Amino acid sequence: MLTIKVLGSGCANCKRVEQIVHKVVEEMTLQAEVIKVTEYPEIMKYNVMSTPGLVINEKIVSTGRIPTPAEVAAWLANAMEKA
Amino acid sequence: MTTLTPAPLPHTNKHLFPILAIATLTWLIAYNVIQPLADWISYSALGLARDSRFGESLAFFLYDVPKILLLLSGMVFAISIIRTFFSPEKTRAMLGGKREGVGNVFAALLGIVTPFCSCSAVPLFIGFVESGIPLGVTFSFLIAAPTINEVAVIMLFGLFGWKVAALYVTSGLVIAILAGMVIGRLKMERYVEDFVWQIKSGAGQALDEKLTWNERIERAWESVKEIVGKVWLYVVVGIAVGAGIHGYMPESALVGIMGKEAWWSVPAAVLLGIPLYSNAAGIIPIVSALMEKGASLGTVLAFMMAVVGLSLPETIILRRVLKPQLIAVFIGIIAVAIIFTGYLFNIIL
Repeated sequence: MLTIKVLGSGCANCKRVEQIVHKVVEEMTLQAEVIKVTEYPEIMKYNVMSTPGLVINEKIVSTGRIPTPAEVAAWLANAMEKA
Repeated sequence: MTTLTPAPLPHTNKHLFPILAIATLTWLIAYNVIQPLADWISYSALGLARDSRFGESLAFFLYDVPKILLLLSGMVFAISIIRTFFSPEKTRAMLGGKREGVGNVFAALLGIVTPFCSCSAVPLFIGFVESGIPLGVTFSFLIAAPTINEVAVIMLFGLFGWKVAALYVTSGLVIAILAGMVIGRLKMERYVEDFVWQIKSGAGQALDEKLTWNERIERAWESVKEIVGKVWLYVVVGIAVGAGIHGYMPESALVGIMGKEAWWSVPAAVLLGIPLYSNAAGIIPIVSALMEKGASLGTVLAFMMAVVGLSLPETIILRRVLKPQLIAVFIGIIAVAIIFTGYLFNIIL
């Protein structure tokens, strides 16, 4: 079971990242919980200054941009291996 | 637990450099044929007279639209490559321990090259002040980053030439440095929302990516698609309006209301510019046409800066971390600085 967090206060790019994550999780038929983190104190716990941020199993994989579905898939596969 | 074979890493395209070389060549050829092509379409293919109003407007439009879109794609690409070497985290580390003054200068300069989106203004603000960077230095960054933005500078370069673009960048820097220093001197720390001072960033190691050149090129290409995709329509509409003004408005129609003699035109331009944010791409072609008709450069630059630098959306976002008094000081200082710059250019140019 993966825990995926999308960090960002609801900007357009944050929503895009969330959509991509949902799509990739579905395609890979993974068991994952996708959590939106919108509160600044909570975002700052990850020391992230540019949103959207993407966190997989508490590890930051991307900040300040929209990753491609292929990148997200690679990160998720990587996280599954380690889990 | 199922074992998944690791997905192939997405960056394995080895042919990016040849592609880049071909793209550069195509770009150069395209850039050089658009002027003759625009003239040919307007005057030969369509048979419009060279001094007809419609012919002039059309030739202007057909030349400026591809020129600006080409300039935007090419230069946004180059700037984005440079930006892959910077990040807010690195900027914060470089600003740490800098005193006021030196810190303000560094912050304003770094504001130009650090990737910044006004939607991240709040986490960036918190991250800066929480790590001990002085409030005034943080503001120098927050003023420079949106004001000296790539779309505005490239369009100024394309439509006004490099001198005006350089003037814009220089005055943006000076305003960011001075306004940040003033805000620092005013000791406004208590007007930052209290929760900001209570936040403690986690020990979480900030993302430190080692990018290959292929990845830098791919990321730069992504931002070209994103930025040009976002502004192209504004560019087209703005140039269409500008082309109309170019062809149909009488010469020196604006000397009386936007010329140097009209002293009130600078503050009026700034007040008008503050609420117009997202349309920076559409506004520059219009003001460029207005300048042909007698508007003065100082007034036009002041308007531009108010449009780009004092943005309502960013102010609304910053309200989450700043109390109204500090927001008012922030807007007030920048507005005064821009008005002053407008007068200065009207006097010296």
